[in-house]
Amino acid sequence: MEEIVSIFIRSIFIDNMVFAYFLGMCSYLAVSKTVKTSFGLGVAVIFVLGITVPINYIIENYLLSEGALSWLHPGFAGLDLSFLTFIMFIATIASMVQLVEMFVEKFSPALYASLGIFLPLIAVNCAILGGSLFMQEREYANIVEATSFGLGSGVGFFLAIVGIAAIREKIEYSNVPPALRGLGITFIITGLMGIAFMSFLGINL
Amino acid sequence: MKFLRNILDKIEPNFKEGGRFSFLESTYDAFATFLFVPNHTTKSGAHIRDAIDLKRTMSMVIIALVPAILFGMWNVGHQHYLSHQIVDASFFEKFWYGFLKVLPLIVVSYVTALSIEFAAAQIRRHQVNEGVLVSGMLIPLIVPPDIPLWMLSLATAFAVIIGKEVFGGTGMNVFNPALLTRAFLFFAYPQHMSGDNVWISNQGDAVTGATPLAEAAAGQDISLSSWDMFLGFMPGSVGETSTLAILLGAFFLIFTGIGSLRVMLSVFAGGYLMGLLFNLWGANEFMLMPAHYHLIVGGFAFGAVFMATDPVSASQTNTGKYIYGFLIGIIAVLIRVINPAYPEGMMLAILFMNTFAPLIDHYVVGANIKRRMKRALTQK
Repeated sequence: MEEIVSIFIRSIFIDNMVFAYFLGMCSYLAVSKTVKTSFGLGVAVIFVLGITVPINYIIENYLLSEGALSWLHPGFAGLDLSFLTFIMFIATIASMVQLVEMFVEKFSPALYASLGIFLPLIAVNCAILGGSLFMQEREYANIVEATSFGLGSGVGFFLAIVGIAAIREKIEYSNVPPALRGLGITFIITGLMGIAFMSFLGINL
Repeated sequence: MKFLRNILDKIEPNFKEGGRFSFLESTYDAFATFLFVPNHTTKSGAHIRDAIDLKRTMSMVIIALVPAILFGMWNVGHQHYLSHQIVDASFFEKFWYGFLKVLPLIVVSYVTALSIEFAAAQIRRHQVNEGVLVSGMLIPLIVPPDIPLWMLSLATAFAVIIGKEVFGGTGMNVFNPALLTRAFLFFAYPQHMSGDNVWISNQGDAVTGATPLAEAAAGQDISLSSWDMFLGFMPGSVGETSTLAILLGAFFLIFTGIGSLRVMLSVFAGGYLMGLLFNLWGANEFMLMPAHYHLIVGGFAFGAVFMATDPVSASQTNTGKYIYGFLIGIIAVLIRVINPAYPEGMMLAILFMNTFAPLIDHYVVGANIKRRMKRALTQK
């Protein structure tokens, strides 16, 4: 139990997708103009990460890695399908994003319109694939740990994008030099937020 | 005074539109309004009438900092002589030693910050902002006394340019520049900002030089009494050791209505509560440290009174201030206790909450709108 909580907290604050690995920057920068839309995108990312990571965990451990197929037949013990990792992970992610898209379109057309192209683009968001690949690399012991990692990473991304959206709303009337308006100042804020998140660096949970 | 006024009036035409030095207009303006309260008034738009302007507000903060500065100077000398086991150094000797150590820090940070501010004001054609007066004074107070001056200058330049000028100057920055200076030094030059050998100026071999927090983080007993820590007789950054001197400043800020009592109280409440929670948990020695110790060691009091209350980077709404301050207290104690790398984590906690202050405001304002909307609808 302690391990699961620790993975969850770690992936929110210490291994934050945006500030520690700079993953998922495209949607993070593009959709963070208002708190409302970024809230929607953040929830969508939490959902997609929370679902794809455990599914990919199952795929990884029962289909792809070396000897994973031995549950089917002892003769398959020597098989190693890990060269299929990327394509399988992407296929899972794409189908899950499709599901989210249909869901959002049905229940919140306004959000669907404001997210625009970035909702389907979650499918190729590096934070999502990154989540699955980190899960593979870190070799979590069981599916609960993998789920907690996925949800934690999603919450981390959510915090980052909602936080910067609020800051961008606040500085809307600031006298930013013309050359830096828009994305330039957003990159600077992101860097400064990264410094703030570094205060959690080195915590051993 | 009349004499000064006359000089200013005489040279004023040179700096006006079309004058010889018209490109230096904001420089003139800065000095003139610093020396005399200007009689400019806003002509249009919504504004609040107040007898005090921003320059005067900022000067009040500097006055509130005076006890901490003076005590800091004395304490730098005190710790220095203590570490050399010279017990008969007089009050004046200690103060003079500290004065010579601290004054260069203040000068360097002011010169760096003000020259950037003046240059930016000329380039961008706005007035010289007053916020830099406070930032320039806060910065030397939150660094170790022996920090190399070029490092301080570099960090100040980083904070003023990246933290403030690119956002458009005072009042528009998201992060507190003084905190950014500290964070910059912390991550860029950790060997000068943490450990057991940086907190005492020109340290002798007689003592270890660990701050109470470092001792607690290492699982040792704190060697000082809580009374000593409250008065500030301990190693640490220049201005942050004495809770008593800081409280004097806090009373002044509250009395003049400049510092936010809401933020200060909730920071202390959050820190104390988190300390109590850790006491209950009690997984290691540090967690068992009495909760009230957290409030008087390290930079906690200084951060609560002078950093968290920064009117620009803190939450703007009243409810938001309680939430903001409370979370600062919680996170500060959290970083201290569970992050072995940064026992002096107060400033980082405030920086972290600066990030989320706009978000807190957003939701507080949203909730307020929703509540009033509901009231309006039910009354119909």
